[in-house]
Amino acid sequence: MSAFVALEGVSHVYGGAGGTLAVEGLSLSVERGEFAAVVGPSGCGKSTLMKLATGLQFPFKGTIRIAGEAVTKPVKIAGMAFQAPTLLPWRTTLENLLLPLEIVQPHRSQLSRKKGEYVARAEKLLASVGLGGVSAKYPWELSGGMQMRASLCRALIHEPDLLMLDEPFAALDAFTREELWGVIRDLHAARRITVVLVTHDLREAVFLADRVFVMSARPGRILLERRVHFERPRDLEITYTPEFQAVAHELREHIHKARQ
Amino acid sequence: MNRSLSIRLAPWVFTIALLVLWELAVALLRIPVFFLPPPTAVARATFEFWPAIYRNSLFTLATTMIGFALAVGFGLALGLLVGWSRTIYAGLYPLMVGFNAIPKVAVVPILVLWFGIGFVPAFLTAFLISFFPIVVNVATGLATIEPELEDVLKGLGASKLDIMQKVGIPRSLPYFFGSLKVAITLAFVGSVVSETIASNYGIGNLMLQAQAQFQVPLIFAGLIALAVEGIVMYWAMAVLERRMTGWAQRSGFAQG
Ligand SMILES: Nc1ncnc2c1ncn2[C@@H]1O[C@H](COP(=O)(O)OP(=O)(O)O)[C@@H](O)[C@H]1O
Ligand SMILES: [Mg+2]
Repeated sequence: MSAFVALEGVSHVYGGAGGTLAVEGLSLSVERGEFAAVVGPSGCGKSTLMKLATGLQFPFKGTIRIAGEAVTKPVKIAGMAFQAPTLLPWRTTLENLLLPLEIVQPHRSQLSRKKGEYVARAEKLLASVGLGGVSAKYPWELSGGMQMRASLCRALIHEPDLLMLDEPFAALDAFTREELWGVIRDLHAARRITVVLVTHDLREAVFLADRVFVMSARPGRILLERRVHFERPRDLEITYTPEFQAVAHELREHIHKARQ
Repeated sequence: MNRSLSIRLAPWVFTIALLVLWELAVALLRIPVFFLPPPTAVARATFEFWPAIYRNSLFTLATTMIGFALAVGFGLALGLLVGWSRTIYAGLYPLMVGFNAIPKVAVVPILVLWFGIGFVPAFLTAFLISFFPIVVNVATGLATIEPELEDVLKGLGASKLDIMQKVGIPRSLPYFFGSLKVAITLAFVGSVVSETIASNYGIGNLMLQAQAQFQVPLIFAGLIALAVEGIVMYWAMAVLERRMTGWAQRSGFAQG
Protein backbone atom coordinates (compact mmCIF):
# COMPACT_ATOMS: atom_id res chain seq x y z
CA MET A 1 0.00 0.00 0.00
CA SER A 2 1.32 3.43 -0.88
CA ALA A 3 1.36 6.26 1.63
CA PHE A 4 -1.65 8.51 2.11
CA VAL A 5 0.39 11.67 1.69
CA ALA A 6 3.46 11.22 -0.50
CA LEU A 7 5.88 13.86 -1.69
CA GLU A 8 8.82 12.74 -3.79
CA GLY A 9 11.76 14.91 -4.73
CA VAL A 10 9.66 18.04 -4.70
CA SER A 11 11.21 21.42 -5.51
CA HIS A 12 9.32 24.68 -5.52
CA VAL A 13 10.28 28.21 -6.50
CA TYR A 14 8.27 31.32 -5.70
CA GLY A 15 8.18 34.08 -8.29
CA GLY A 16 9.20 32.17 -11.43
CA ALA A 17 12.68 31.23 -12.60
CA GLY A 18 15.37 32.95 -10.56
CA GLY A 19 12.94 33.43 -7.66
CA THR A 20 13.19 32.11 -4.13
CA LEU A 21 13.89 28.39 -4.00
CA ALA A 22 11.65 27.47 -1.08
CA VAL A 23 12.01 23.69 -0.96
CA GLU A 24 14.35 21.40 -2.89
CA GLY A 25 14.32 17.63 -3.21
CA LEU A 26 11.73 17.33 -0.49
CA SER A 27 10.45 13.81 0.11
CA LEU A 28 8.10 12.71 2.83
CA SER A 29 5.33 10.21 3.29
CA VAL A 30 2.60 9.90 5.85
CA GLU A 31 0.46 6.81 6.36
CA ARG A 32 -3.32 6.87 6.55
CA GLY A 33 -4.43 7.66 10.09
CA GLU A 34 -0.97 8.72 11.12
CA PHE A 35 -0.18 11.90 13.04
CA ALA A 36 2.87 13.53 11.46
CA ALA A 37 4.65 16.61 12.73
CA VAL A 38 7.03 18.76 10.69
CA VAL A 39 9.50 20.94 12.54
CA GLY A 40 12.19 23.20 11.18
CA PRO A 41 13.68 26.67 11.40
CA SER A 42 11.54 29.63 10.46
CA GLY A 43 11.38 30.30 6.73
CA CYS A 44 12.54 26.81 5.79
CA GLY A 45 9.47 26.06 3.70
CA LYS A 46 7.05 24.41 6.13
CA SER A 47 4.06 26.43 4.97
CA THR A 48 5.16 25.82 1.39
CA LEU A 49 5.07 22.09 2.12
CA MET A 50 1.47 22.46 3.30
CA LYS A 51 0.47 24.41 0.21
CA LEU A 52 2.11 21.89 -2.08
CA ALA A 53 0.47 18.95 -0.36
CA THR A 54 -2.98 20.53 -0.61
CA GLY A 55 -2.67 21.66 -4.22
CA LEU A 56 -2.58 25.39 -3.50
CA GLN A 57 0.89 25.59 -5.09
CA PHE A 58 2.43 23.33 -7.70
CA PRO A 59 6.06 22.22 -7.75
CA PHE A 60 8.32 22.58 -10.78
CA LYS A 61 9.94 19.27 -9.92
CA GLY A 62 8.84 16.09 -8.17
CA THR A 63 5.50 14.43 -7.59
CA ILE A 64 2.84 14.77 -4.94
CA ARG A 65 0.17 12.17 -4.30
CA ILE A 66 -2.69 12.27 -1.85
CA ALA A 67 -4.65 9.06 -1.32
CA GLY A 68 -2.88 7.63 -4.34
CA GLU A 69 -3.88 10.42 -6.70
CA ALA A 70 -1.55 12.97 -8.21
CA VAL A 71 -2.34 16.46 -6.98
CA THR A 72 -3.27 18.69 -9.91
CA LYS A 73 -5.79 20.98 -8.25
CA PRO A 74 -6.72 21.94 -4.68
CA VAL A 75 -7.31 18.79 -2.64
CA LYS A 76 -10.85 18.65 -1.35
CA ILE A 77 -10.36 15.92 1.21
CA ALA A 78 -8.22 18.18 3.37
CA GLY A 79 -9.25 20.53 6.16
CA MET A 80 -6.89 23.36 7.02
CA ALA A 81 -6.20 25.56 10.01
CA PHE A 82 -3.53 28.21 10.44
CA GLN A 83 -1.95 30.30 13.15
CA ALA A 84 -4.59 32.98 12.63
CA PRO A 85 -8.07 31.57 13.24
CA THR A 86 -9.40 33.55 10.20
CA LEU A 87 -13.01 33.30 11.31
CA LEU A 88 -15.34 35.70 9.52
CA PRO A 89 -16.27 38.47 11.96
CA TRP A 90 -19.72 39.04 10.44
CA ARG A 91 -20.75 35.44 11.00
CA THR A 92 -21.58 33.73 14.28
CA THR A 93 -19.47 30.77 15.34
CA LEU A 94 -22.11 28.40 13.99
CA GLU A 95 -22.32 30.23 10.65
CA ASN A 96 -18.53 30.16 10.45
CA LEU A 97 -18.58 26.41 10.90
CA LEU A 98 -21.14 26.01 8.14
CA LEU A 99 -18.99 27.97 5.66
CA PRO A 100 -17.14 24.92 4.25
CA LEU A 101 -20.48 23.18 3.75
CA GLU A 102 -21.62 26.11 1.62
CA ILE A 103 -18.69 25.38 -0.70
CA VAL A 104 -17.83 21.70 -0.68
CA GLN A 105 -19.94 19.24 -2.65
CA PRO A 106 -22.13 17.28 -2.01
CA HIS A 107 -22.99 19.35 1.07
CA ARG A 108 -23.34 22.53 -0.91
CA SER A 109 -26.40 21.38 -2.81
CA GLN A 110 -27.90 19.66 0.23
CA LEU A 111 -27.37 22.48 2.68
CA SER A 112 -30.76 24.14 2.50
CA ARG A 113 -32.56 20.79 2.54
CA LYS A 114 -30.60 19.26 5.39
CA LYS A 115 -29.92 22.45 7.34
CA GLY A 116 -31.10 20.98 10.64
CA GLU A 117 -28.85 17.97 10.27
CA TYR A 118 -25.80 20.10 9.50
CA VAL A 119 -26.49 22.48 12.36
CA ALA A 120 -26.73 19.50 14.71
CA ARG A 121 -23.42 18.20 13.37
CA ALA A 122 -21.78 21.58 13.94
CA GLU A 123 -23.17 21.86 17.47
CA LYS A 124 -21.91 18.38 18.28
CA LEU A 125 -18.48 19.16 16.91
CA LEU A 126 -18.34 22.39 18.92
CA ALA A 127 -19.34 20.52 22.07
CA SER A 128 -16.61 17.93 21.43
CA VAL A 129 -13.91 20.60 21.62
CA GLY A 130 -15.43 22.21 24.70
CA LEU A 131 -17.29 24.97 22.89
CA GLY A 132 -20.83 23.92 23.76
CA GLY A 133 -23.18 26.89 23.91
CA VAL A 134 -21.09 29.43 21.98
CA SER A 135 -22.57 28.78 18.55
CA ALA A 136 -24.56 32.04 18.54
CA LYS A 137 -21.55 34.12 19.61
CA TYR A 138 -19.46 36.15 17.20
CA PRO A 139 -15.75 35.31 16.89
CA TRP A 140 -14.69 38.53 18.58
CA GLU A 141 -16.69 37.52 21.64
CA LEU A 142 -14.43 34.44 22.01
CA SER A 143 -10.95 34.22 23.53
CA GLY A 144 -7.97 33.36 21.32
CA GLY A 145 -8.06 29.73 22.42
CA MET A 146 -11.79 29.45 21.76
CA GLN A 147 -11.35 31.00 18.31
CA MET A 148 -8.69 28.40 17.55
CA ARG A 149 -11.01 25.62 18.63
CA ALA A 150 -13.72 27.01 16.38
CA SER A 151 -11.20 27.22 13.55
CA LEU A 152 -10.33 23.54 14.08
CA CYS A 153 -14.02 22.70 13.98
CA ARG A 154 -14.37 24.59 10.71
CA ALA A 155 -11.51 22.52 9.30
CA LEU A 156 -13.28 19.31 10.32
CA ILE A 157 -16.94 20.06 9.61
CA HIS A 158 -16.96 18.46 6.15
CA GLU A 159 -15.32 15.36 7.66
CA PRO A 160 -12.07 15.48 5.68
CA ASP A 161 -9.70 12.52 5.67
CA LEU A 162 -6.71 14.77 6.08
CA LEU A 163 -6.18 17.62 8.52
CA MET A 164 -3.40 20.11 7.73
CA LEU A 165 -2.37 22.35 10.60
CA ASP A 166 0.15 25.15 10.05
CA GLU A 167 1.46 26.35 13.41
CA PRO A 168 -2.08 26.48 14.74
CA PHE A 169 -1.13 27.11 18.34
CA ALA A 170 1.79 29.49 17.87
CA ALA A 171 -0.16 32.58 18.88
CA LEU A 172 -1.62 31.12 22.08
CA ASP A 173 -0.36 31.24 25.65
CA ALA A 174 1.31 28.13 27.06
CA PHE A 175 -1.68 26.92 29.10
CA THR A 176 -4.18 27.32 26.28
CA ARG A 177 -1.77 25.65 23.92
CA GLU A 178 -1.49 22.57 26.14
CA GLU A 179 -5.26 22.42 26.45
CA LEU A 180 -5.54 22.42 22.68
CA TRP A 181 -2.97 19.66 22.37
CA GLY A 182 -5.48 17.57 24.30
CA VAL A 183 -8.26 18.66 21.94
CA ILE A 184 -6.30 17.74 18.83
CA ARG A 185 -5.11 14.45 20.34
CA ASP A 186 -8.71 13.46 21.09
CA LEU A 187 -9.99 14.54 17.66
CA HIS A 188 -7.30 12.45 16.01
CA ALA A 189 -8.11 9.45 18.19
CA ALA A 190 -11.86 9.73 17.74
CA ARG A 191 -11.90 10.27 13.98
CA ARG A 192 -8.96 8.17 12.84
CA ILE A 193 -8.01 11.09 10.65
CA THR A 194 -4.59 11.71 9.12
CA VAL A 195 -2.96 14.81 10.56
CA VAL A 196 0.00 16.82 9.33
CA LEU A 197 1.03 19.39 11.89
CA VAL A 198 3.63 22.06 11.21
CA THR A 199 5.09 23.53 14.35
CA HIS A 200 8.23 25.01 15.78
CA ASP A 201 7.47 23.68 19.23
CA LEU A 202 9.34 20.43 19.80
CA ARG A 203 7.34 19.41 22.87
CA GLU A 204 4.19 19.83 20.83
CA ALA A 205 5.58 17.73 17.99
CA VAL A 206 6.79 14.91 20.22
CA PHE A 207 3.68 14.88 22.38
CA LEU A 208 1.22 14.70 19.49
CA ALA A 209 2.96 12.92 16.63
CA ASP A 210 3.61 9.34 15.65
CA ARG A 211 6.43 10.59 13.50
CA VAL A 212 8.41 13.85 13.51
CA PHE A 213 10.10 15.19 10.38
CA VAL A 214 12.91 17.68 10.80
CA MET A 215 13.46 20.10 7.94
CA SER A 216 16.67 21.84 6.91
CA ALA A 217 17.04 25.60 6.50
CA ARG A 218 15.83 27.01 3.19
CA PRO A 219 15.69 25.47 0.64
CA GLY A 220 13.89 22.98 2.83
CA ARG A 221 14.18 19.22 2.66
CA ILE A 222 13.74 16.48 5.23
CA LEU A 223 16.89 16.02 7.32
CA LEU A 224 15.58 13.45 9.71
CA GLU A 225 12.58 11.32 10.42
CA ARG A 226 12.00 10.21 13.99
CA ARG A 227 9.33 7.78 15.18
CA VAL A 228 7.77 8.56 18.53
CA HIS A 229 6.62 5.41 20.29
CA PHE A 230 4.88 6.67 23.40
CA GLU A 231 1.71 4.76 23.96
CA ARG A 232 -1.65 6.36 23.19
CA PRO A 233 -3.69 7.87 24.66
CA ARG A 234 -0.91 10.10 25.91
CA ASP A 235 -1.24 12.19 29.01
CA LEU A 236 0.36 15.61 29.25
CA GLU A 237 2.35 14.23 32.18
CA ILE A 238 4.56 12.26 29.82
CA THR A 239 6.11 15.49 28.61
CA TYR A 240 7.90 15.65 31.97
CA THR A 241 9.38 12.14 31.79
CA PRO A 242 13.09 11.63 31.00
CA GLU A 243 12.21 9.47 27.96
CA PHE A 244 10.17 12.27 26.46
CA GLN A 245 12.81 14.85 27.23
CA ALA A 246 15.43 12.65 25.59
CA VAL A 247 13.49 12.54 22.32
CA ALA A 248 12.85 16.27 22.37
CA HIS A 249 16.48 16.92 23.14
CA GLU A 250 17.70 14.70 20.33
CA LEU A 251 15.47 16.55 17.85
CA ARG A 252 16.63 19.85 19.19
CA GLU A 253 20.23 18.98 18.43
CA HIS A 254 19.32 18.27 14.83
CA ILE A 255 17.43 21.52 14.42
CA HIS A 256 20.32 23.37 15.95
CA LYS A 257 22.57 21.88 13.31
CA ALA A 258 20.03 22.64 10.59
CA ARG A 259 20.16 26.33 11.43
CA GLN A 260 23.85 26.58 10.68
CA MET B 1 -21.37 66.61 34.77
CA ASN B 2 -22.19 63.23 33.29
CA ARG B 3 -19.60 62.30 30.64
CA SER B 4 -21.96 61.03 27.96
CA LEU B 5 -24.19 64.09 28.40
CA SER B 6 -21.23 66.40 27.98
CA ILE B 7 -20.28 64.58 24.79
CA ARG B 8 -23.86 64.89 23.58
CA LEU B 9 -23.94 68.62 24.25
CA ALA B 10 -20.44 69.38 23.00
CA PRO B 11 -21.30 69.94 19.31
CA TRP B 12 -24.04 72.45 20.21
CA VAL B 13 -21.90 74.28 22.74
CA PHE B 14 -18.99 74.56 20.31
CA THR B 15 -21.24 75.75 17.47
CA ILE B 16 -22.90 78.38 19.62
CA ALA B 17 -19.54 79.49 20.99
CA LEU B 18 -18.24 79.94 17.45
CA LEU B 19 -21.29 82.02 16.47
CA VAL B 20 -20.97 84.19 19.58
CA LEU B 21 -17.26 84.73 18.93
CA TRP B 22 -18.02 85.61 15.33
CA GLU B 23 -20.72 88.11 16.37
CA LEU B 24 -18.45 89.70 19.00
CA ALA B 25 -15.47 89.89 16.65
CA VAL B 26 -17.53 91.65 14.00
CA ALA B 27 -18.93 94.09 16.56
CA LEU B 28 -15.69 94.83 18.42
CA LEU B 29 -13.50 95.11 15.32
CA ARG B 30 -16.20 97.10 13.51
CA ILE B 31 -16.00 94.84 10.46
CA PRO B 32 -18.35 96.20 7.80
CA VAL B 33 -21.32 94.03 6.90
CA PHE B 34 -20.32 93.83 3.22
CA PHE B 35 -16.99 92.32 4.30
CA LEU B 36 -18.08 89.84 6.94
CA PRO B 37 -21.68 89.96 8.10
CA PRO B 38 -22.37 88.90 11.71
CA PRO B 39 -24.45 85.75 12.32
CA THR B 40 -27.48 87.87 13.22
CA ALA B 41 -27.37 89.54 9.80
CA VAL B 42 -26.99 86.14 8.14
CA ALA B 43 -30.00 84.88 10.09
CA ARG B 44 -32.01 87.92 9.01
CA ALA B 45 -31.06 87.32 5.36
CA THR B 46 -32.03 83.64 5.71
CA PHE B 47 -35.40 84.66 7.04
CA GLU B 48 -35.94 87.34 4.42
CA PHE B 49 -34.94 85.19 1.43
CA TRP B 50 -36.24 81.91 2.84
CA PRO B 51 -38.33 80.83 -0.18
CA ALA B 52 -35.39 81.27 -2.56
CA ILE B 53 -32.95 79.60 -0.21
CA TYR B 54 -35.34 76.73 0.41
CA ARG B 55 -36.04 76.14 -3.28
CA ASN B 56 -32.40 76.33 -4.32
CA SER B 57 -31.26 74.17 -1.41
CA LEU B 58 -33.65 71.44 -2.45
CA PHE B 59 -32.46 71.76 -6.00
CA THR B 60 -28.82 71.45 -4.99
CA LEU B 61 -29.66 68.55 -2.71
CA ALA B 62 -31.48 66.69 -5.48
CA THR B 63 -28.67 67.34 -7.96
CA THR B 64 -26.10 66.15 -5.46
CA MET B 65 -28.05 63.01 -4.57
CA ILE B 66 -28.48 62.02 -8.22
CA GLY B 67 -24.76 62.43 -8.84
CA PHE B 68 -24.03 60.59 -5.61
CA ALA B 69 -26.37 57.70 -6.48
CA LEU B 70 -24.64 57.33 -9.84
CA ALA B 71 -21.28 57.39 -8.07
CA VAL B 72 -22.39 54.66 -5.67
CA GLY B 73 -23.60 52.38 -8.47
CA PHE B 74 -20.66 53.00 -10.75
CA GLY B 75 -18.09 53.08 -7.95
CA LEU B 76 -19.32 49.80 -6.51
CA ALA B 77 -19.28 48.08 -9.89
CA LEU B 78 -15.86 49.39 -10.83
CA GLY B 79 -14.49 48.61 -7.36
CA LEU B 80 -15.65 44.99 -7.63
CA LEU B 81 -14.19 44.74 -11.12
CA VAL B 82 -10.84 46.18 -10.06
CA GLY B 83 -10.79 43.95 -6.97
CA TRP B 84 -11.70 40.92 -9.05
CA SER B 85 -8.75 40.84 -11.40
CA ARG B 86 -5.17 41.87 -10.98
CA THR B 87 -4.92 42.61 -14.70
CA ILE B 88 -7.89 44.95 -14.66
CA TYR B 89 -6.46 46.54 -11.54
CA ALA B 90 -3.07 47.05 -13.18
CA GLY B 91 -4.68 48.45 -16.31
CA LEU B 92 -7.18 50.78 -14.71
CA TYR B 93 -5.35 52.05 -11.66
CA PRO B 94 -3.04 54.57 -13.37
CA LEU B 95 -5.95 55.78 -15.48
CA MET B 96 -8.11 56.32 -12.42
CA VAL B 97 -5.34 58.06 -10.51
CA GLY B 98 -4.76 60.35 -13.46
CA PHE B 99 -8.44 61.04 -13.82
CA ASN B 100 -8.76 61.75 -10.14
CA ALA B 101 -5.88 64.22 -10.32
CA ILE B 102 -7.77 66.42 -12.80
CA PRO B 103 -9.48 69.26 -10.94
CA LYS B 104 -13.16 68.69 -11.70
CA VAL B 105 -13.74 72.45 -12.12
CA ALA B 106 -11.78 72.06 -15.33
CA VAL B 107 -14.24 69.46 -16.58
CA VAL B 108 -17.33 71.66 -16.13
CA PRO B 109 -16.77 73.70 -19.35
CA ILE B 110 -16.58 70.47 -21.33
CA LEU B 111 -19.77 69.17 -19.76
CA VAL B 112 -21.44 72.49 -20.56
CA LEU B 113 -20.23 72.18 -24.14
CA TRP B 114 -21.87 68.76 -24.36
CA PHE B 115 -25.01 69.20 -22.30
CA GLY B 116 -25.61 72.94 -22.01
CA ILE B 117 -25.72 74.82 -18.73
CA GLY B 118 -27.90 73.75 -15.82
CA PHE B 119 -28.76 70.54 -14.08
CA VAL B 120 -26.92 67.94 -16.20
CA PRO B 121 -23.35 69.24 -15.81
CA ALA B 122 -24.03 69.76 -12.09
CA PHE B 123 -24.99 66.20 -11.27
CA LEU B 124 -22.33 64.84 -13.61
CA THR B 125 -19.69 66.89 -11.82
CA ALA B 126 -20.99 65.59 -8.49
CA PHE B 127 -20.74 62.07 -9.88
CA LEU B 128 -17.25 62.50 -11.35
CA ILE B 129 -15.81 63.96 -8.19
CA SER B 130 -17.30 61.42 -5.79
CA PHE B 131 -16.96 57.96 -7.35
CA PHE B 132 -13.21 57.63 -6.90
CA PRO B 133 -13.11 57.09 -3.11
CA ILE B 134 -15.84 54.46 -3.46
CA VAL B 135 -13.87 52.52 -6.08
CA VAL B 136 -10.68 52.67 -4.06
CA ASN B 137 -12.36 51.54 -0.86
CA VAL B 138 -14.27 48.65 -2.37
CA ALA B 139 -11.15 47.46 -4.18
CA THR B 140 -9.12 47.77 -0.97
CA GLY B 141 -11.62 45.63 0.91
CA LEU B 142 -11.32 42.93 -1.72
CA ALA B 143 -7.56 43.16 -2.02
CA THR B 144 -6.95 42.70 1.70
CA ILE B 145 -8.60 39.29 2.11
CA GLU B 146 -6.33 37.22 4.37
CA PRO B 147 -4.35 34.84 2.15
CA GLU B 148 -4.81 32.04 4.70
CA LEU B 149 -8.56 32.37 4.49
CA GLU B 150 -8.36 32.30 0.72
CA ASP B 151 -6.29 29.11 1.02
CA VAL B 152 -8.85 27.50 3.31
CA LEU B 153 -11.62 28.24 0.82
CA LYS B 154 -9.63 27.29 -2.28
CA GLY B 155 -8.71 24.05 -0.55
CA LEU B 156 -12.42 23.34 -0.30
CA GLY B 157 -12.77 23.85 -4.04
CA ALA B 158 -14.19 27.37 -3.85
CA SER B 159 -14.36 29.26 -7.13
CA LYS B 160 -13.31 32.87 -7.36
CA LEU B 161 -16.97 33.83 -7.38
CA ASP B 162 -17.52 31.82 -4.17
CA ILE B 163 -14.67 33.61 -2.44
CA MET B 164 -15.97 36.96 -3.65
CA GLN B 165 -19.47 36.21 -2.46
CA LYS B 166 -18.67 34.60 0.89
CA VAL B 167 -15.73 36.74 1.92
CA GLY B 168 -14.82 39.54 -0.48
CA ILE B 169 -18.09 41.41 -0.63
CA PRO B 170 -19.07 41.18 3.05
CA ARG B 171 -15.53 42.12 3.93
CA SER B 172 -15.48 45.21 1.72
CA LEU B 173 -18.83 46.51 2.98
CA PRO B 174 -17.33 48.48 5.90
CA TYR B 175 -14.87 50.07 3.48
CA PHE B 176 -17.72 50.83 1.11
CA PHE B 177 -19.98 52.41 3.72
CA GLY B 178 -17.00 54.28 5.17
CA SER B 179 -16.31 55.77 1.76
CA LEU B 180 -19.87 57.06 1.42
CA LYS B 181 -19.18 59.74 4.03
CA VAL B 182 -16.29 61.05 1.98
CA ALA B 183 -18.17 60.67 -1.30
CA ILE B 184 -21.29 62.56 -0.24
CA THR B 185 -19.19 65.53 0.91
CA LEU B 186 -17.34 65.56 -2.40
CA ALA B 187 -20.60 65.29 -4.32
CA PHE B 188 -21.75 68.58 -2.76
CA VAL B 189 -18.49 70.20 -3.80
CA GLY B 190 -19.06 68.98 -7.36
CA SER B 191 -22.64 70.13 -7.76
CA VAL B 192 -22.06 73.54 -6.15
CA VAL B 193 -18.93 74.21 -8.22
CA SER B 194 -20.86 73.43 -11.38
CA GLU B 195 -23.87 75.50 -10.30
CA THR B 196 -21.62 78.44 -9.59
CA ILE B 197 -20.01 78.28 -13.02
CA ALA B 198 -22.84 77.19 -15.23
CA SER B 199 -26.39 77.03 -13.94
CA ASN B 200 -29.47 79.09 -13.33
CA TYR B 201 -30.48 77.06 -10.30
CA GLY B 202 -29.15 75.86 -7.00
CA ILE B 203 -27.35 77.32 -4.04
CA GLY B 204 -24.19 77.85 -6.08
CA ASN B 205 -26.09 80.01 -8.52
CA LEU B 206 -27.93 81.82 -5.71
CA MET B 207 -24.62 82.75 -4.11
CA LEU B 208 -23.20 83.94 -7.40
CA GLN B 209 -26.19 86.22 -7.94
CA ALA B 210 -26.05 87.48 -4.35
CA GLN B 211 -22.41 88.33 -4.90
CA ALA B 212 -23.23 90.23 -8.10
CA GLN B 213 -25.82 92.25 -6.15
CA PHE B 214 -23.46 92.72 -3.24
CA GLN B 215 -25.89 91.03 -0.82
CA VAL B 216 -23.13 89.67 1.35
CA PRO B 217 -25.38 88.31 4.17
CA LEU B 218 -27.24 86.26 1.55
CA ILE B 219 -23.97 84.74 0.32
CA PHE B 220 -23.29 83.62 3.84
CA ALA B 221 -26.84 82.36 4.25
CA GLY B 222 -26.21 80.19 1.19
CA LEU B 223 -22.99 78.89 2.74
CA ILE B 224 -24.79 78.01 5.95
CA ALA B 225 -27.53 76.20 4.01
CA LEU B 226 -24.86 74.14 2.24
CA ALA B 227 -23.14 73.38 5.53
CA VAL B 228 -26.42 72.20 7.07
CA GLU B 229 -27.16 69.94 4.10
CA GLY B 230 -23.62 68.60 4.22
CA ILE B 231 -23.85 67.83 7.92
CA VAL B 232 -27.23 66.12 7.60
CA MET B 233 -26.14 63.92 4.70
CA TYR B 234 -22.81 63.07 6.30
CA TRP B 235 -24.63 62.12 9.46
CA ALA B 236 -27.11 60.00 7.50
CA MET B 237 -24.20 58.14 5.87
CA ALA B 238 -22.56 57.62 9.27
CA VAL B 239 -25.81 56.16 10.67
CA LEU B 240 -26.14 53.93 7.61
CA GLU B 241 -22.56 52.77 8.08
CA ARG B 242 -23.14 51.88 11.71
CA ARG B 243 -26.39 50.07 10.89
CA MET B 244 -24.93 48.01 8.07
CA THR B 245 -21.54 47.07 9.46
CA GLY B 246 -21.90 46.91 13.22
CA TRP B 247 -19.58 43.90 13.34
CA ALA B 248 -16.70 45.98 12.01
CA GLN B 249 -17.04 48.66 14.70
CA ARG B 250 -16.77 46.53 17.80
CA SER B 251 -13.61 48.21 18.99
CA GLY B 252 -14.14 50.74 21.74
CA PHE B 253 -11.46 52.90 20.16
CA ALA B 254 -13.71 54.30 17.45
CA GLN B 255 -16.62 54.76 19.82
CA GLY B 256 -14.69 56.47 22.62
N1 LIG C 1 4.01 33.78 -1.63
C1 LIG C 1 5.35 33.81 -1.58
N2 LIG C 1 6.06 34.52 -2.51
C2 LIG C 1 7.40 34.55 -2.48
N3 LIG C 1 8.16 33.92 -1.57
C3 LIG C 1 7.53 33.20 -0.62
C4 LIG C 1 6.10 33.11 -0.57
N4 LIG C 1 5.75 32.33 0.47
C5 LIG C 1 6.91 31.95 1.05
N5 LIG C 1 7.99 32.46 0.40
C6 LIG C 1 9.40 32.23 0.73
O1 LIG C 1 9.64 30.84 0.75
C7 LIG C 1 10.40 30.48 1.87
C8 LIG C 1 9.67 29.47 2.71
O2 LIG C 1 8.51 30.07 3.25
P1 LIG C 1 7.49 29.30 4.19
O3 LIG C 1 7.10 28.04 3.52
O4 LIG C 1 6.39 30.24 4.53
O5 LIG C 1 8.38 29.01 5.48
P2 LIG C 1 7.95 28.57 6.94
O6 LIG C 1 6.49 28.29 6.95
O7 LIG C 1 8.78 27.36 7.23
O8 LIG C 1 8.33 29.67 7.87
C9 LIG C 1 10.70 31.77 2.62
O9 LIG C 1 12.00 32.17 2.29
C10 LIG C 1 9.70 32.74 2.11
O10 LIG C 1 10.25 34.03 2.09
MG1 LIG D 1 4.93 29.17 7.99
